[in-house]
Amino acid sequence: MPRRIFITGLGIISGIGNNLRETMNSLLQSRSGIGKISYRKNYLTEDVPVSEVKCSEEDLFRLADITYSEGYSRTALMGIIAAKEAWTHANSVHSPELRTGLISATIVGGMDKCELYYQDFLHNDSRNIYINTYDCADSTEKIADLLGIRDFLTTISTACSSSANALLFGARMIRHGLLDRVVTGGTEALTKYHLKGFNALKILDEEPCKPFDARRNGITLGEGAAYLVLESEESVKTSNKQILCELIGWGNACEAFHQTASSPDGIGAYLSMKKALDLSGLNPGTVDYINAHGTGTDINDIAEGLAIERLFGQDIPLVSSTKPFTGHTTSAAGAAEAILSILCIQHQMILPNLNFSKPMKELTFTPVTKLLRNVPVNTVMSNSFGFGGNDTSLIFRRVTR
Amino acid sequence: MTAYINGIGLISPQKTAEGKDFLTEIIEHNADYLKCLEPDYKKYLDPLLARRLSRLIRMGITSAKLCLDQAGISMPDAIITGTGLGSIEDTEKILGTIHLDKVLLNPTPFIQSTYNTISSQIAINLKCSGYNSTYVHRSFSFESGLLDALMQLEEKSAINVLVGGIDEMSMNHLSLIRRLGHWKMEPVNNLEILKSKTKGALPGEGSGYFILSSEKNEKSYARILSVKTIYKPDSTDEVEKEIRNIITSAGLTMQDVDIFLTGMNGDQDFDPIYYTLAEKLFTDKTLLYFKHLCGEYHTSTGFALWVAANILKRQVIPPVLIIKITPLTNIRNILIYNQYRNVHHSLILVAA
Repeated sequence: MPRRIFITGLGIISGIGNNLRETMNSLLQSRSGIGKISYRKNYLTEDVPVSEVKCSEEDLFRLADITYSEGYSRTALMGIIAAKEAWTHANSVHSPELRTGLISATIVGGMDKCELYYQDFLHNDSRNIYINTYDCADSTEKIADLLGIRDFLTTISTACSSSANALLFGARMIRHGLLDRVVTGGTEALTKYHLKGFNALKILDEEPCKPFDARRNGITLGEGAAYLVLESEESVKTSNKQILCELIGWGNACEAFHQTASSPDGIGAYLSMKKALDLSGLNPGTVDYINAHGTGTDINDIAEGLAIERLFGQDIPLVSSTKPFTGHTTSAAGAAEAILSILCIQHQMILPNLNFSKPMKELTFTPVTKLLRNVPVNTVMSNSFGFGGNDTSLIFRRVTR
Repeated sequence: MTAYINGIGLISPQKTAEGKDFLTEIIEHNADYLKCLEPDYKKYLDPLLARRLSRLIRMGITSAKLCLDQAGISMPDAIITGTGLGSIEDTEKILGTIHLDKVLLNPTPFIQSTYNTISSQIAINLKCSGYNSTYVHRSFSFESGLLDALMQLEEKSAINVLVGGIDEMSMNHLSLIRRLGHWKMEPVNNLEILKSKTKGALPGEGSGYFILSSEKNEKSYARILSVKTIYKPDSTDEVEKEIRNIITSAGLTMQDVDIFLTGMNGDQDFDPIYYTLAEKLFTDKTLLYFKHLCGEYHTSTGFALWVAANILKRQVIPPVLIIKITPLTNIRNILIYNQYRNVHHSLILVAA
């Protein structure tokens, strides 16, 4: 019997709330985090809607409960806030018997500070403390040092599926008996790099994103951090922990088609979902809800939709994309959406796909558009697909005692 | 866990790309860093594609191809890359103009600057839809990839995993890290770094891909028995404990380790750690180093793994690697130990 992976703690900061409670409130009120750039409008001058974390740098230091000092990127601060919340939520304490790891994900690490001070880096010594925030490991190590995690540390970067792959890797390390407990997730701050880069690819919607809608016209970027605590059965037993749910399936596949576009038939999406289902040992019919990747780009939503139809046939589960709530938080999206999926299991609800009105002619199904309460939600699949065709699917299941 | 190394493709500052010689001719470098000797890409890549791709990605795809050719495999079951910095050349192109609000960003460097581009370009090139991932944690990047590969084999979800470590040096990155005092300030000949007695390392670069397989064949170089990373150890005692642990967990004794292959880089502040552990644990063993041949970079243990695999397969120790030698009739086990500035320590245990 392979080792089981339990989830015991959640932490999240995004455009819809600075913690789990605020996030839940926004979800219950169908309140989106998308709007004009306001907290950093002097710096991020692009005129597109985004889902900003509603915090200044000062606010983030306060929420992270650390004294202001130079050398912290927005990426690291948000990561610290969410990881700390997850750690506390799981009532985690250090113990020499438990091997604990941190597996974090980010696409461009502390780019927010790096792009701001790059000319200083090159021409004077005034901002040297930020030079090392450039790489992806910086935020991971800041989180690990703060939580006192040392047994294992790594960082994953697979574009927009990064934190889904962090969960997958963490789960496998527990299954292999290499770790007892893993804090895992991702963090990504909005930067000029993201806004200008996605803009150059011409895939930013001028309006809030409309996944699975015939009028969809691209992505709405978001920022945030989300972390989960995964634990082995033994670890849960020794501490008599609350179990939020179980991670029972994961699948990773590569489209191997194009660097920035999905294949027309969504072969990568199909393969990652199929692998996750196969590993979980479940029939497709047992999945109650799919928290879709659903970015709102023309290509993704067709490819993902067709892949869902192919895998689930006549028995398509309820589907929604929660990106109209949080925006596309890129590397953090996999973990953020894992948390929203788990909230659906905990509270027996299905989250709506906001901004939907017109069905796509290519698909036979339409997404859930209203919040559904008191519906049986036992098994949820969460999809995360990234540039480079890096596709990952995760399956969470309710644990009944 | 055990994984056979069945093919290697290494582009490095030495003549390694051909895959034939094993350090018979040593290349001296007198520049600021050890630059890769790049092969003629026309032999490996469609010229149109080669022009479009940035240097790091060209190196990555080509070393992956060299590796697959050597292993005689056309389609791996999984592709995993470790890279500390990704395509830093592309990132720097963006950073150079990003502060200018009027300047539009060129999509090509944006796409190539994301770290997963190497693994995914290799996949696109091979049409490989298997497992695909990228690890980006400084001097743990390649080791994390190896660990993932070992788990893939154990899970039986793959028979042949293509796993690599790749990093490039750029002029800007060179000067930035020099500002932090991590590189040597004075010019040094690469073959004399251990004599330098100064602070800092001599930087380098490289791209090494490996086929790790659950199946042994006539091409097998060696076996990887175990991989371990240690973050910010309290003292060298903790590293010592982990070294003893990795060896006993593999069912070996300290006596079974024939060679201690270290990441000494000539930094007077950090090399003493290697000497302390070598004297304490491997007093009468052969002590080797490799970073004078490839330089310091986040995934330099890829070069070290190539060295260890070749020593075990050929049963030869090129003199250029030797710090101290104990005559050996049969080389069975090599422990690769690397540390970067006493923060990231890693162990890779390799057996014949």
